[in-house]
Amino acid sequence: MIGITAYGAYYPRGRLSKKAIADANAWFDAGLNAHAKGERAFCNWDEDTITMGIEAARDCLSSLPNPELSNLYFASTTFPFLDRQNSVLVSEALNLDSGVRTMDIAASQRVATSALIALLEAGHSKPGLLIASEHRKAKAGSRSEMLWGDGAAAVTVGSDDVLAEFICAETAAVDFVDHYRGEDSSFDYDWEERWIRDEGFMKIVPSVIESLLSKANVEAGDIAHFVIPTDQARTPGALAKQLGIPVKAIVDNGISTLGIAGAAQPLLLLANALEKAYPGELILVTGFGQGCDAILLRATQEVSTYRPVRGFSRAAEHRREETNYNKFMSFNNLVERDIGKRGEADKQTYLSGYNRRKDLLTGFIGGKCTECGTVQIPREKYCVNPDCHALDSQDDYCFSARKGTVKTWTADRLTFDWNPPAYFGMVQFDNGAKLMMDFTEVEEGGIDSGSKVSFHFRIKQFDTQRGFRKYFWKAVIS
Amino acid sequence: MAEGIKDKVVILGMGCSKFGERWESSPSDLMVEAFEECIADAGIEKDQIDAAWFGAGIDSFNVGASAMPLSIALRLNYIPVTKVENMCATGTEAFRGAVYAVASGACDIALALGVEKLKDTGYGGLPQRSRGVENDMYWPNLSAPGAFAQLAAGYQAKHKLNKKDLKRAMAHVSVKSHANGAKNPKAHLQREITEEQAMNAPFIAEPIGLFDCCGVSDGSACAIVTTPEIAKRLGKENIVSVKALQLAVSNGTEASHRSWDGSYLKTTRIASQRAYNEAGVKNPKQEITMTEVHDCFSITELVTMEDLQLSKEGGAVKDILDGTFDADGSNPCQIDGGLKCFGHPIGASGLRMIYENYLQFQGRAGARQLPDPKLGLNHNLGGFPHQNICSISIIGPYG
Repeated sequence: MIGITAYGAYYPRGRLSKKAIADANAWFDAGLNAHAKGERAFCNWDEDTITMGIEAARDCLSSLPNPELSNLYFASTTFPFLDRQNSVLVSEALNLDSGVRTMDIAASQRVATSALIALLEAGHSKPGLLIASEHRKAKAGSRSEMLWGDGAAAVTVGSDDVLAEFICAETAAVDFVDHYRGEDSSFDYDWEERWIRDEGFMKIVPSVIESLLSKANVEAGDIAHFVIPTDQARTPGALAKQLGIPVKAIVDNGISTLGIAGAAQPLLLLANALEKAYPGELILVTGFGQGCDAILLRATQEVSTYRPVRGFSRAAEHRREETNYNKFMSFNNLVERDIGKRGEADKQTYLSGYNRRKDLLTGFIGGKCTECGTVQIPREKYCVNPDCHALDSQDDYCFSARKGTVKTWTADRLTFDWNPPAYFGMVQFDNGAKLMMDFTEVEEGGIDSGSKVSFHFRIKQFDTQRGFRKYFWKAVIS
Repeated sequence: MAEGIKDKVVILGMGCSKFGERWESSPSDLMVEAFEECIADAGIEKDQIDAAWFGAGIDSFNVGASAMPLSIALRLNYIPVTKVENMCATGTEAFRGAVYAVASGACDIALALGVEKLKDTGYGGLPQRSRGVENDMYWPNLSAPGAFAQLAAGYQAKHKLNKKDLKRAMAHVSVKSHANGAKNPKAHLQREITEEQAMNAPFIAEPIGLFDCCGVSDGSACAIVTTPEIAKRLGKENIVSVKALQLAVSNGTEASHRSWDGSYLKTTRIASQRAYNEAGVKNPKQEITMTEVHDCFSITELVTMEDLQLSKEGGAVKDILDGTFDADGSNPCQIDGGLKCFGHPIGASGLRMIYENYLQFQGRAGARQLPDPKLGLNHNLGGFPHQNICSISIIGPYG
């Protein structure tokens, strides 16, 4: 039996009030008031498609302590790097074996379902990991800004402990250009919503699903979970009705709570469905974009006992309300902010130096002294223990899953930070090591000596002059 | 066991520029200003200087690299000049180089000069700069106040203090230094402040507020050193001598090993004890009459009082509030106004501190003259609480 064997989800904690968007922009487009209910998920300044993807993958792999993976597929239309395989960076941050076959899959809103079909049909001997993550940029005051959100999800595909068995899949490849983003653009260009519904969704999706159900010999009325990602609120209902799928089977797109997470949306909704599914239930997952993918799955007994550390519901519930639209604009580079002269300092990454320290910077690898047992980060040639100082005595030791405690901290208002004040301080790890490091997502009054922290891969700095960004691990108050 | 530097080298002359926002002055102008006072005080000709040590902390915002800027500014006669840089200990390092050269017998007379031009950045605070190719990739982008605020957090947690009590003692540190600086015409800031002003100023890096921070200034200071015999031969009176010169440099233990709890400065404890041994000081509290310590931030001075054994561990808050380190206290600290009022032109600060010792022991400190100074201790701390360089010099009357 081949199918989904694990899943995980991640939404950034920030939730921008849609009223804040409307209040700032309705002077230009009063129509935005019609969407001004609820909120949308948005990345902190130090989050992007890669960092969210890693969070989703860590959640997914939380049930597989020592995963031996065949593949890592990373799906998105918003990769930070166009020529530097993003999935390799993800793999190294997850400390996966370098023999894992990595691949970035891009350029369509159905990229995640296409990649999922590829894994399900490949029959690899070892599980494959699929991550979908999206951080789409929308123009200020646009309908897209209102309806979209940022997020990521991950699943593993394999044959052991299957949660949802793969039954079959169907695809129609149709160059239906409801929107596009050219190589020179930061933003999508789209066409009229009603035309996309009538000529796109309502014509392309039904034929694929009908073909799929026919192939699987399944009645539409037996579908218990219908994943149909779209930012059109009424289209899923119209499709369900036309196809005879129970309306209650529609997995909520969360337009007014989280926003549509683009290429990640099919996997996020699948994670949601798997969290709710009972054994034996049928799950229909679709992806729409230049045609349509449809995948039919059946939940197994395993689904009722499996729970990732976070999962979809907790990711959705973990939120921090934001009503400052200006902050959202800054975080998404929609406004040229005066960042002060300290922000002008050169941020060049010296790639040879980066390469030397990649185990620390990406893998959060320190050392454990084989002579005295002292765990330390960063790892230097000599052991840091004043009573040891042994040379070349340290084995690799990964810190990313450790817990820590804040020893000292401050909120620095002098130094440059994209979201001042900059919080940083000395962290004591539960294994005895220490490191002066950045804190992120700190709320005023929410940190003190003794606060507990966990560690997360985040953007460290942008080098806007050269189009590069550095990443490192930061501490987040638990 | 080495016998140390005590009384082997004496100060022949010293000079110090006016510190401040010297918009009109180049680094060369500042160097010449300090040097002209110094060489006149020494009563020698420039050609009698055998070698020079030049301290400048941040090349890129200052004079550029190498020893040439000093040689060019002073038109030195192709003598050996060595450039030194050791963060905030740079000035003392230049002095150490010159003193050791004389002590070795390689030179009869040596010059140490430090300079820093901090106000050409276009913004307040110390210049934003690289910490090195690899460090920049994972260190927090910490400012100096942000780094030293960690010391306040560590000290507060260790001694279970409430924030307000600690902040009040920090405020008193600054109030005291401003009161002293108001009597010093060479200080950058010459205005008294109140405890309430210091307590209520906006945070720069919690709990460090505006008045907990030292100034940011341009300045230069220099010393000409020689042997006691030459000084006497040249007719020098009230000879001031070097009693100890020590340096301790972090090796990563504080930053990466659990044995350091973040509440004190390990290097200061080590360097000061070595300096006391070198100078033959048995009871610092009684024997050290004056201290010029590295009050980059008020919390640094507070903690340093304990690390120098002038307060017992955990006792600095009370001692400070009791006025122990005020101008009329038992152990006056920053009698010239300190970094707080002089600012911290990095290459110059260590020499500026020694300059104040020198004036006090020569009885030339004017309105701030201490009645009967015996020994002066100068302390610099370069870097951050969790990894730093500490320099200690002890100065006193020769013999």
